[in-house]
Amino acid sequence: MSEQTASPDIPVDVERRTAAGAADSAGAPHTTGVPEKADSAVVRDALGVGVAVGLSGFAFGVTAAGAGLDVPQTCALSLFVFTGASQFALVGALAAGGNPFTAAAGAFFLGTRNAFYGLRLSQLLAVRRAVRPLAAHWVIDETTAVALAQPTRRAARIGFTVTGLTLYLLWNLTTLLGALGAEAVGDMNAWGLDAAGPAVFLALLAPMLRTTSDRVVAGIAVALGLGLLPVLPAGVPVLVAALAAPAVLWWQGRMTGRRKGADR
Amino acid sequence: MNAWIAIGVTTAACYLVKLAGLLVPAGTLERPLVRRLAALLPVALLAALTAQQTFGAGRVLVLDARAAGLAAAAVALVLRAPLLVVVAAAVAVTAAARALGG
Repeated sequence: MSEQTASPDIPVDVERRTAAGAADSAGAPHTTGVPEKADSAVVRDALGVGVAVGLSGFAFGVTAAGAGLDVPQTCALSLFVFTGASQFALVGALAAGGNPFTAAAGAFFLGTRNAFYGLRLSQLLAVRRAVRPLAAHWVIDETTAVALAQPTRRAARIGFTVTGLTLYLLWNLTTLLGALGAEAVGDMNAWGLDAAGPAVFLALLAPMLRTTSDRVVAGIAVALGLGLLPVLPAGVPVLVAALAAPAVLWWQGRMTGRRKGADR
Repeated sequence: MNAWIAIGVTTAACYLVKLAGLLVPAGTLERPLVRRLAALLPVALLAALTAQQTFGAGRVLVLDARAAGLAAAAVALVLRAPLLVVVAAAVAVTAAARALGG
């Protein structure tokens, strides 16, 4: 028993020493613990993100209710899908009368970015094989952002766990409150709550628009999404708009290929 | 029933794609083209969704109070406001614009 309680401390201690040693060898003499970050500071960062984003589950609950989902359906999405953009996308597509598979396809494509987060995290956190199926559920934008921002593996693990736990609890609680509150609110459009969904999408999109190709892809996607809305069945225009990404990549590949050819 | 089918399919698909990232050996998806596509795909989807949910009403395009709300969200984003403030700004401005007959 005593062995069990003592064992977790040992690798942590080793990790700390190696982290400090790495800093020394990197040319930072006499500054012990430069790459260190107090656990409490990591927890504070994680709680900040977890609370801010977790509270916006309220907007999701209200939006889902407005789209015609009942309370169990709305809560099931937050409990089991637990990746905000996909949830909003699915609810929006269902509200527009899309068929369930088209709606799910849009949500799935939005969720594919989580696979790439998982790739980064599996190396960073060194998640044990047995824990991976559990940890996977929390692999989302916010937990990845907090974990990647930490200087050590210990800090990254704390950041991932605290952000994941806070966000999961709050997101589900506020989803429930939003779904229940929507009935009391009545006409949601009068309160402007139909603007919550697009505002969340815009907030997720904004930090992704860094390069010219990002903006070109976004511009083409907007044109396709709006232009095809009146002609194609609900949910399909978004999937067609997603083709802006491979199209721009293909065009870029062609241009660089041509330039290389001209150099020769 | 349709909603439950959509929820079930989305749950399975979104979970498996999360798990795949943790399980596949590092390097499998690290090819530059795949990474670029993975980064651009959400850009395209989010841009299209933002536009549709701002200007779409069923299968017609309209310019209504939501556009003002989205503009407010954009201003909040430029001012580096947290997510909750961005959403609150969009909701409040949309409601105000509607109350004023927008």
